[in-house]
Amino acid sequence: MRLKAEATERHTLSILVDNEAGILARIAGLFSARGYNIESLTVADVSHDLAVSRITIVTSGSAHVMEQILAQLERLVPVHKVTDLTSLGPHVERELALVKVAGTGEHRIEAMRLADIYRARVLDATTGSFVFELTGGTEKINTFIDLMREVGLVEVARTGVVAIARGREAA
Amino acid sequence: MEPSLIVSERSVEEAAVERSGAEILIEALTDLGVEFVFGYPGGAVLPIYDALFRQSGIRHILVRQEGGAVHAAEGYARSTGKPGVVLVTSGPGATNAITGIADALMDSIPIVVITGQVPTALIGTDAFQECDTVGITRHCSKHNYLVKDPAKLGAIIHEAFYLATSGRPGPVVVDLPKDVQVATAEYRKPAAISHKTYRPQVEPDSALIEAAVEMLASAERPILYTGGGIINAGPEATRSLRELAELTGAPVTSTLMGLGALPASSAQWLGMLGMHGTYEANMAMNRADLILCVGARFDDRVTGRLDAFSPTSKKIHIDIDRSSINKNVRVHLPIVADAGRALARMVELWRERQHKAPDTRDWWSRITGWRARNSLDFPPSASEIMPQHAIRRLWEATKQRSPIISTEVGQHQMWAAQHFGFDAPNKWLTSGGLGTMGYGLPAAIGAQLGHPDALVIDIAGEASILMNIQEMSTAVQYRLPVKVFILNNEYMGMVRQWQELTYSSRYSESYSQALPDFVKLAEAYGWKGLRIEKPDELDGGIAAMLAHDGPVMVDCRVAKLANCFPMIPSGAAHTEMILQANEVSGEMDDEAKALV
Ligand SMILES: Cc1ncc(C[n+]2csc(CCOP(=O)(O)OP(=O)(O)O)c2C)c(N)n1
Ligand SMILES: [Mg+2]
Repeated sequence: MRLKAEATERHTLSILVDNEAGILARIAGLFSARGYNIESLTVADVSHDLAVSRITIVTSGSAHVMEQILAQLERLVPVHKVTDLTSLGPHVERELALVKVAGTGEHRIEAMRLADIYRARVLDATTGSFVFELTGGTEKINTFIDLMREVGLVEVARTGVVAIARGREAA
Repeated sequence: MEPSLIVSERSVEEAAVERSGAEILIEALTDLGVEFVFGYPGGAVLPIYDALFRQSGIRHILVRQEGGAVHAAEGYARSTGKPGVVLVTSGPGATNAITGIADALMDSIPIVVITGQVPTALIGTDAFQECDTVGITRHCSKHNYLVKDPAKLGAIIHEAFYLATSGRPGPVVVDLPKDVQVATAEYRKPAAISHKTYRPQVEPDSALIEAAVEMLASAERPILYTGGGIINAGPEATRSLRELAELTGAPVTSTLMGLGALPASSAQWLGMLGMHGTYEANMAMNRADLILCVGARFDDRVTGRLDAFSPTSKKIHIDIDRSSINKNVRVHLPIVADAGRALARMVELWRERQHKAPDTRDWWSRITGWRARNSLDFPPSASEIMPQHAIRRLWEATKQRSPIISTEVGQHQMWAAQHFGFDAPNKWLTSGGLGTMGYGLPAAIGAQLGHPDALVIDIAGEASILMNIQEMSTAVQYRLPVKVFILNNEYMGMVRQWQELTYSSRYSESYSQALPDFVKLAEAYGWKGLRIEKPDELDGGIAAMLAHDGPVMVDCRVAKLANCFPMIPSGAAHTEMILQANEVSGEMDDEAKALV
């Protein structure tokens, strides 16, 4: 017998939660317990009194699984609100990456030139290396990292996606 | 963890005195009207046990293993409609309680479990009897708390009860470090509860109710498919269901958890549906043009093969838990609401619009045809007691007394569901979702405490009963006259049945070897023990059990190889029921072997 997989689609979810002990474990654990994917997860306080955090999760699943994910998240007691930004429509997504490259000569010059084109900033430099900071959509960051591979990529740190709805209303 | 409860008003008797966390706990439980706490002491709950000792309002029931405490609390809750309360120590006390907590989550049983924890300063140090109780219970409880401040304890306890009992009920765990039990703070009884994030939707949307009523009024082949949600929604929900059934003339089936909502004696009752449901219930589900599902969740034991599940019907689903809707089966009209409120509104509107019962004569004549297959029939035997027959006789002998029946898990459980007629809700206590062997005896103990005058019987299997056999001692201590009726087939019958169906009868480890002498065992515990071996001893044995004013264990020797039919093998459609044993095949393919 072979195991089969279902076709999936990528969604960005925004979850407002009470900022209490164990909340992240509760959310992340729900995903693992029910077999949902997490591509990225970010979390930080977003209210003035630090009482509410926003968790942004990029996940993937069939339409039916997405509906379940939303319903299951809403069922958690400390969850205020769950928004599927991808189905909602217009929204912006950003992530930040720190990319370290090492090399000399042509490679070093090419790395600098590409960084310029991608509007990456230099955060650290030695005679043989750079650390670039880059913000953008996931695609842009992926492309930049791929390019850096050819010129001496050493390591990468990324925040994962944060996202927010466009326009004047809160989503 | 902050309680999210908003205390709208302080109660009048402002209590400025400080009390210990343990005393606050007892005070809050008293304010919440708790009668019984099922528990077991240990180092990390000694302050609470001392506070219990110094009061008299709450009765502590000392079980013999923490797992028993949780099932007893479940049995109490399910039979009374009130939340059950459990108190256990840290570490092994808490881990022993896990099965029961998971069981209550699956079956939506309101319980509050208070666990002791090592002092806050020792959390994370691998202290003696430390375990990460909130971590372990996070996904098998409805919600949980680690309380670090005695000033918040009172509000958290009130909130825990509110969460356990409102919306879709379930288990809530409160982990209480020992230093928090000793430290002092003020406690005030909160006057009203409203929660800032958790707001279950109780009232149905009226447009949806209207749509549901119109769909039902114009259906030709309607069926009501009901579940444990109706029992949880309380006696009014049961009344509304009965009214709606009467108004519409629709046939009614139910899940294992929903038995008793419609009386089994009603002409409209089709019996249970699903894997071991009746032929008529499953065929009617398959051929219906409208399914009204109320407080049930389309689980795999009910639907059989999903792509063949009720292909021609429109489906309405009423559930208080939005995540139950469209989870397994897509429905046309989802209604998030309390089952009782939604049914009451449907009844009201049906009357207001003066709908006539749809003409279901054709539909009923088809159902009558399916009924004529007598799918619950079983081969009679003159030499052996057929387990189904034993249950029927037990029912005949006790039905006047409206008994509370609990079960263990296995064939006997399914036979009880099939052959015992339940005419009222809250009389049927069984572990449906988790299927926990060892549930029945402690559940019967909890139910008996809640209903001191009721006849409470655990219909058991010889294997399951051994899983919480120690609770016999609890029954003796509290003089509880529970009856345990063991259908002893010397097999883990349900396992053996699957091995016959799937693995060419290779009985791997399913024989109940080295069984105790249950009569002597009963006597050792101070129970009465009885053995029934021959069909002609059955009625007399049951009568002797009922005549004894105290706990009785009956070792009823039944046909060893009887199997539970009808049956939809896992992964098969409702229309592919096996009605009799001779239709059973030997070996299944890998796809079938991988199904639960
Ligand atoms: C705690 C637990 N372990 C294992 C199982 C799997 N299981 C389901 S039914 C069953 C056999 C039960 O045997 P018995 O109590 O004799 O009941 P019978 O089926 O013979 O009526 C087993 C092992 C279970 N449901 N629960
Ligand atoms: Mg058995």
